[in-house]
Amino acid sequence: MSEIIKKFMYLNRKAPYGTIYAWESLEVVLIGAAFDQEVSLMFMDDGVYQLTKGQDTSGIGMKNFSPTYRTLGDYEVKNVYVDRASLEARGLTQDDLVQIAWEDFETEEEVENIVEVIDSERARELMAESDVVFSF
Amino acid sequence: MSVLHTVNKSPFERNSLDSCLKFAQAGAAVLLIEDGVYAALTGTSVEGRVKEALGAVKIYVLGPDLKARGFSDQRVISGISVVDYAGFVDLAAEHAKVQAWL
Repeated sequence: MSEIIKKFMYLNRKAPYGTIYAWESLEVVLIGAAFDQEVSLMFMDDGVYQLTKGQDTSGIGMKNFSPTYRTLGDYEVKNVYVDRASLEARGLTQDDLVQIAWEDFETEEEVENIVEVIDSERARELMAESDVVFSF
Repeated sequence: MSVLHTVNKSPFERNSLDSCLKFAQAGAAVLLIEDGVYAALTGTSVEGRVKEALGAVKIYVLGPDLKARGFSDQRVISGISVVDYAGFVDLAAEHAKVQAWL
């Protein structure tokens, strides 16, 4: 078990389904959870589209992986950030996005939704203070 | 017979839609597929550009790709027709050729 804990950020900037980046990014997050680091997910540009509600892929023959985002809490991911400006440029609001619940298994503290819409200044800070950024 | 243009990338990621609309002749058809469907939605920063193009070309969007991304027909810009895969085939058959903008 590692005693060094780093701030890992997964930066998502691509839309789901058209390319494999969104799915691969999520897979790395889940696999990487085994290393017990401090994980944050950042969604900006077309990456915000990954979190939309109501994805139904039955017509395109691809696996719908959006339910997996809602299980991120089980993988100890507590920080999910969405760039406000990216939402606005796309005509989206937080209401268009899924809610991700989180529970601390020890304290039983529950958070209804860990998806946080932030402004550019905050996104800038968060990325700057990360020890590692994985880009997708 | 006119040309069917297809655009498969998001207008926010790449300038493919922009180039397509710039170079498509009046009377042509443009079909938005895969990530290209995002250009068909209301409220985006490219909505104006897309609506402007509706005066010159017919624009279609592939329904299954919209649904996969979580969007219903109700969020599509008025004037853009939603088609399914059968409609895609019909469009291809009705036009002289298909030109893909990648």
